[in-house]
Amino acid sequence: MSQGSPLLTLSAIDKSFDIHRVLNSVSFELARGEVHALLGENGAGKSTLMNILIGVYSADAGKLELEGKPLKIGKPSDSARQGIGMVHQHFRLVDRLTLTENLLLAADDHPQLKSRAAAREALLNTAKEIGFTLNPDCQVGELSVAEKQRAEICKVLALGARILILDEPTAVLTDSEASSMLAAIRRMAESGRSIILITHKLREVVGFSHRVTIMRRGETVAAGLDTSDLSIEKISSLMMGSSSTSLSPDGIDSKKAPSNVQEHGPDLLAISHLNARRDDGAPALTDVSLRVRAGEILGLAGVGGNGQHELTELLSGIRSASSGSVMIDGADALGLSPRQRRKLGLRVIPADRMASALVSDLSIAANLSLTSVVSGRFGRLWLNRRRMQREAQASIEQHEIAGARPSGRMGLLSGGNAQKVLLAREIDSGMKLLLAHSPTRGLDIRASALVHQRLREAAAKGAACLLVSEDVEEIMALSDRICVISAGKIMGELPGDASAADIGRLILGHE
Amino acid sequence: MEQFITSWLGSTPAFAIPLALASMGLVLCERAGVLNMGAEGYMALGAMTAAVLTLTLGNPAIGIAAAVLAGAALALIFGFAVVIMRCEQILAGLATMAVGLGIAGVVGRPYVHKSFEGLQPLDIPLLDQIPLLGRLLFNQDILVYLTVLIGVGLWFLLERTRAGLKIRAVGEDPASADVAGVQVQLQQLMAITASGALCGLAGAYLSVASSSVWVDNMVAGRGWIALALVVFARWDPLKALAGAFLFGAIEALLPRLQAIGVPAPIYLMNMLPYLFTIAVLLIAAWSGTKKGVEPAALGKPYVRQDRH
Repeated sequence: MSQGSPLLTLSAIDKSFDIHRVLNSVSFELARGEVHALLGENGAGKSTLMNILIGVYSADAGKLELEGKPLKIGKPSDSARQGIGMVHQHFRLVDRLTLTENLLLAADDHPQLKSRAAAREALLNTAKEIGFTLNPDCQVGELSVAEKQRAEICKVLALGARILILDEPTAVLTDSEASSMLAAIRRMAESGRSIILITHKLREVVGFSHRVTIMRRGETVAAGLDTSDLSIEKISSLMMGSSSTSLSPDGIDSKKAPSNVQEHGPDLLAISHLNARRDDGAPALTDVSLRVRAGEILGLAGVGGNGQHELTELLSGIRSASSGSVMIDGADALGLSPRQRRKLGLRVIPADRMASALVSDLSIAANLSLTSVVSGRFGRLWLNRRRMQREAQASIEQHEIAGARPSGRMGLLSGGNAQKVLLAREIDSGMKLLLAHSPTRGLDIRASALVHQRLREAAAKGAACLLVSEDVEEIMALSDRICVISAGKIMGELPGDASAADIGRLILGHE
Repeated sequence: MEQFITSWLGSTPAFAIPLALASMGLVLCERAGVLNMGAEGYMALGAMTAAVLTLTLGNPAIGIAAAVLAGAALALIFGFAVVIMRCEQILAGLATMAVGLGIAGVVGRPYVHKSFEGLQPLDIPLLDQIPLLGRLLFNQDILVYLTVLIGVGLWFLLERTRAGLKIRAVGEDPASADVAGVQVQLQQLMAITASGALCGLAGAYLSVASSSVWVDNMVAGRGWIALALVVFARWDPLKALAGAFLFGAIEALLPRLQAIGVPAPIYLMNMLPYLFTIAVLLIAAWSGTKKGVEPAALGKPYVRQDRH
């Protein structure tokens, strides 16, 4: 497959967003007629790299070449004209139009597709060639997810794509749909097209790709390896890295504390047989059972989008379950409002702190006292503003929130300091159960280490902590026990000292 | 009785055409995802412009053309605010409405209540003698026929052409349309401008065709009824046309009933179109939620998600 000159070469690509470097001299090479798997954990930079290739972002440095000639891509339509098409996880189809109309819409640069009949014909021909069945006259909104995906692929191919980027094509499919999709991907490659397959599922990589490129933390750690030389274990360890890179700059101890597995403590959180649906009606959680005892941290590992978001919303009380039960400190919590759950001792650090926990336009003092204002601690009718300011000042000093004044605007704080404000507010004397979802997302190492320290202190004081995180190293650094979630199901439980490879295998669906 | 029905139907277009033109314009605008609350002001501006120019130049055609341009110009300001600057659509719409009403009031002041020779009906011989429908169908001015043509043309544009497909796609899912290569802002600006032009034409009809005079507050809430008609018509220009004739017929009925001495309180009668509007909106809300025909991105400013 890899003989001859490559079709597409990306070399030494750099990209930063603000000061955050997401791609560091990344290289990638694609041959004609191959399925090339692009692997990496979330945040490894795969999507950024592909978005540069299709012209959504522009690279800060580096070279793109197509068939040996420099490739200039400034906007998405440039890449389409060069025959590069991407099928996103979120399909780019207008629901209220038919499939034919969706193709017509994109036909500005394709004079031969500008009539309805021609567009329809092109779709049917493409579908036939790669072995799909589809109805071009059906409204896209009425199609199932799998049908939409086939529709999107046919649309992109009908527009003349010879390089097709598929972003986790099987993430939304059932097992049987996934295997027919993978077979179709092989057929597309056999017909001379080149496929870049972004996936988390190693079985697919081993079974269906010709070559593999692996990215980690914005760098290429393995480029264009022949799949036939690789095992799942080998790929898994390349993806996860050799682990246990300790987070301990500036003397902040972030090493694993002795395990606090509680054999006899009370269950402060007991979830049993919980089922819930996503906003679009698809199952989000299937028969989830978890329990967290006082004084321990349970880490819930898994790739994002596998039900974690729904689970945290459900536990916070802003999403309803279809069946199952949730007990907080022995009380049935499913029917309770967020406020009632808070009274039971639930505290939440949501993944998107600015959207779901802090008010960026209010002052820091107001944010720190928001929950106490609701409970009436600062006065039932009139607010005792002086006391709010005083306590806010004390919190700021105690938690070392840099650059913060009680009257300063919340939105001006950096991510790390904002998270400190949230932790100062949530970890209070009434806390029994702390739900933390990706608590270090977007934070630098120092701020992350502080957050970890706070979580560990909270557990040491007897709180039960449920840590939901996509960052395997974070899970390993903090957890007393580890559960793994995938496709809304709990895949298994591991002891706190499990290795990254063990966790990775469960995440990727290998027992 | 035949006399009554003939004159009732014959006067229906005078009430229906302004509603039809304005609501079809708003349909176009909303199909592109932009909610324009300013129709009342655009219509007032159009009505005043057409009346003043017809009075000074003596030519209703120039007056009407100027009204169309005036409506389009005011709509362009709105378009700049909501499409380019991404202002809140409701506020920007209300603001341009106030601007339109204000200009109409100030500039039109010296011309109030001066009647002029307006647009005349086209007599189509013989056919206009057909009982009942003759006067309705064949003794109207050219704008009535034009309105029907615009309605059919607009439907054809939206449902059968690639240009219309782009407008609809922008109103449903601007992000997907953008990825497909559609220039979202351009589509919205064009739709907004065309809708302003149609509202201007609707206003011109009020002053130059149906009353041949300009008076303050001439539009009298028709812009709002047109806005409600869009919902009633489920965002379909042909249904908007039909709905406008239905409303026009109801409005036309009121003065007829008074003329033959039906004892009904006039204020209550004048309220009828608005009551009917509320009823229509309630029915539309109650029956339409399941199917969801409202353009999905209506009223939401589109901001591209990239971070170059």
